[in-house]
This record gives sequence, C-alpha cells and structure tokens, in this order.
Amino acid sequence: MGLFDKFRGLAGARGELEQIGIDPFGVEIEKILSPTEGIIHGRRTILAGTNNYLGLTFDPDCVAAAKRALDSEGTGTTGSRMANGSYANHRKLERELAAFYGMRDAIVFSTGYQANLGLLSGLLGQNDVVMLDADCHASIYDGCKLAGAEVIRFRHNNVDDLAKRMRRLGERARDTLIVIEGIYSMLGDRAPLAEIVKVKRELGGYLLVDEAHSLGVLGDRGRGLVEEAAVLADADFVVGTFSKSLGGAGGFCVSDLPELDLIRYSSRPYIFTASPSPATIASTRQALAKLAAGRHLRERLSANYKRLHAELSGMGYTLGAPASPVIAVVLNDRLEALEFWKHLVQRGVYVNLMLPPATPNGVSLIRCSVSAAHTDEQIAAISAAFAELRSAAGIAAAELGSGT
Amino acid sequence: MNAMTGNITVDYPQILAEICAELATLTQGRIEIGEDTDLLGDLNLDSLQVMNFMLQIEDRFDISIPVSILPDVRSVKDLALQIERLVRAS
Repeated sequence: MGLFDKFRGLAGARGELEQIGIDPFGVEIEKILSPTEGIIHGRRTILAGTNNYLGLTFDPDCVAAAKRALDSEGTGTTGSRMANGSYANHRKLERELAAFYGMRDAIVFSTGYQANLGLLSGLLGQNDVVMLDADCHASIYDGCKLAGAEVIRFRHNNVDDLAKRMRRLGERARDTLIVIEGIYSMLGDRAPLAEIVKVKRELGGYLLVDEAHSLGVLGDRGRGLVEEAAVLADADFVVGTFSKSLGGAGGFCVSDLPELDLIRYSSRPYIFTASPSPATIASTRQALAKLAAGRHLRERLSANYKRLHAELSGMGYTLGAPASPVIAVVLNDRLEALEFWKHLVQRGVYVNLMLPPATPNGVSLIRCSVSAAHTDEQIAAISAAFAELRSAAGIAAAELGSGT
Repeated sequence: MNAMTGNITVDYPQILAEICAELATLTQGRIEIGEDTDLLGDLNLDSLQVMNFMLQIEDRFDISIPVSILPDVRSVKDLALQIERLVRAS
C-alpha cells in the first residue's frame, strides 16, 4: 500500500464538495471587520460560527493590553514554559485563573487542544483508567492516547451508563478519572453535572470538566457549568481555553490538588512547545478581568442565543439541544447540509458545517455560535436567512428537519 | 472454556454466535459473517456504527471494552477472544 493510498477516500469527499462548488473547510475570511463581521467571497458576511461568545476579540482594552505587551516584551518568548518561556505575566495569569476559580493553582498551555493533551498525558499513566463521555472532544481522546491509559467510554450524558461502568471497575473506580464537558461543542448540550458528581461521590474517582464552550457563558460569575451546577468543589480539574470567550489563543487547567504543579514536569505538550506570546497573555488577562467583573456580556449573550434558538425552533427546525450559545440545526443528510451551508453563505451568513464522522450519531449539522457582540439586526438577519431557506422551493422539497 | 457474566455462563462459541447475530442485524444480512470477517474492511461500517455496535456488545456481556485495545481487533475472532478474556476477568 502506497504512502498516499489512504487519502483516496478524502480526495473523493473533497471532489464531491468541488462539484457542488463549495469549500466549507477552507473558507478564507478575506478581511475581518469586527467580532461578528468579515468579508468572504468579496461579500460582507455576518459571522455566526466563530465561538467568539463574548465578542472580545476587538475589545479596546484587550487590544491595548496586547499592544503594550508587544512593545514591552516583544513578539514571542521563543521558548518552552519549562525553559525561558515563563515570563512574569504567564505566572500572573496562572494565579489569576486560580483565584477566579478559588483553587490552589493553574497551568497555562499554548492552545486549548494542548491543555487537554498536556494535562491528560501528564496525569495519566499506562495503568490508569479514564472514563470518557463518548462525545468528548478529540483533544481529550488524543491526550488519553498519548498517555497510553485504559480508555472506557460511557454513553453520552448517560449517568446510569457511567455508574454501571464505574461499578464494573470495582476497586479501580476510586482512582479513575471521569472526563466530561460543560457544553458539548457539536450540539450545544450540557452535561448532567450534578448527577455525575453524585456518581463520583458514591463510587469515587476524580473529575475533570472541560469548560471550553462554557467558560464566560454559564454560572453567575462565568466560571462555567461547575458554577451553574454548584459543584465547583467536586471538580478536581477544570480545563478551559483562551480562544473562545476570552478571544485569544491558549488553554489552562486549574486544580485545588497540590500535585497539579508536578504535572508540569511530566507533560510533554507543556515542555516541548513554545509558550504563548506576551501579547496573547496580556489580552487574555484583560479579557479574564472583564469576564469576571460583570454579568452584562453574559446577559447580552444569553438574550441573543435565546432569541435565535426560539426563532429557529418556531420555524420548525430540529435543533440539537435546549438553548445555549451553540445552536445546531439538524438536517436530514450530508447533501442537504452541504446545500444549506452554501445557501447561507450566499446570503451573507457564515456558520459551521458539521458532517459525520465528526458529529454525534452520524447527524449532519449546521452549527451556529452566537456572540454577545451580535446586534439585534444581525440576529434578525441570521434568522431571516434561515427563514428564507425554510421556504425556498429547492430546499423545502427535502422537508427540512426530521419531519418537523 | 467457560466464563461467567452475572449468573450466566458464556463460552467462546456462544460469544462468537452472539457477535455474528448482532452484526447480521447491523448489516441487514447483506454479508455472510464468520470468525474471519474483518470488522472494518468487510462490513462497510463507518467508525460510528462500530462504536455503537461495541456499546451494544458491552451491555450484552456486562463488560467495558477499553478503547485502547480496539486497534488490535481486526476480525470477529479477535473481538470474540477479547470479550472472552474480559468476561473471565470480570
């Protein structure tokens, strides 16, 4: 078998996209105009697929902080956190994250992907068991794989299935790491965290909650599902990213366990990569301060996603989950989703196209992510584009949604 | 070789028969399934179908199959042997 033979399937799939005349996975934003607008194919386009939940990417204070850091600390650290790449502000951000969660310490990683990769591969060994929700993000699966740990999946959001599998482990359950997410990125559904914590309290184990899509979104102070479900003290590790609500790039883990600091020494994705640039750290610190300071961005975000969710639901679309900033429209099949995505972009609305096998249960999705920075007019325009497609002859013929 | 799952004794032929029956349902009888059937290559199942099939099998035998052993499972026989091992260890 030749080196590139395995790409035949991919080449075929890409050929199919070319025939339809779209490139949904290679979109170029020719010019970014704001957190919610850009130029795509020469057209002014509303961005509704960016994970920019609080819309802080152009926040004047965050931009100014990044510029100051660029001037005073340079363009990059040119080294690992373990060598010359830990500046005072990297450590300050770690202390601020720990204080935000009321935990002992935090570790900053260079990306959100690496936060999971780094924590899981540093924490777990070959004899450890890790229990994953089946719909966990690729970074979680990859971290476990890098660790060589024994990975057991439980059915998505199914607490009884988790408990059954924990019981099967017997004594080993006490040292098992359970990994779940606050909001799942594809459908926008939340973990039944309070019930999962009950299982942990009964059967033992450690709990890691990935709040990538829920930091700054859920909870009174924006600390995510652990705060909303009032189980912060039961989360042994909280992982998050700087690249969504905080508008930067990077990731973190916070924990109250004193051993967290030791993971720095065993985590290859922490040791063998350059640390985040000073400008990234500076804008992230500023964004975290804003996120922690008040509720107005979360309230604005909540009003926006509840409105769009209600309007799409009212049009008869099948949606993946109750209202959250991730609104997934479930379509009948892959071809319909491709056509649907193409028509939305032509109407000046950019969303994410999600196809199997990346999606749960093999569904084809149009995924919107709503921002606090979306104006009322933009939400109305997104909604109007979906309404047009609902009634457009060519697409309506396919009977959108699951018969709804 | 007998192994216990709950109060039920299962042996290799029985495990094999149950896997084949489950796969026959999944493939709607289109393909003849035996010990040497390649789970990915012969059955034309996508990775999601394989995952869901594994969850069904796990429930049937009251075991958890670690994801990490799956790269070593190619054929129906490989899977039956792994299940027998896990059932005996449980």
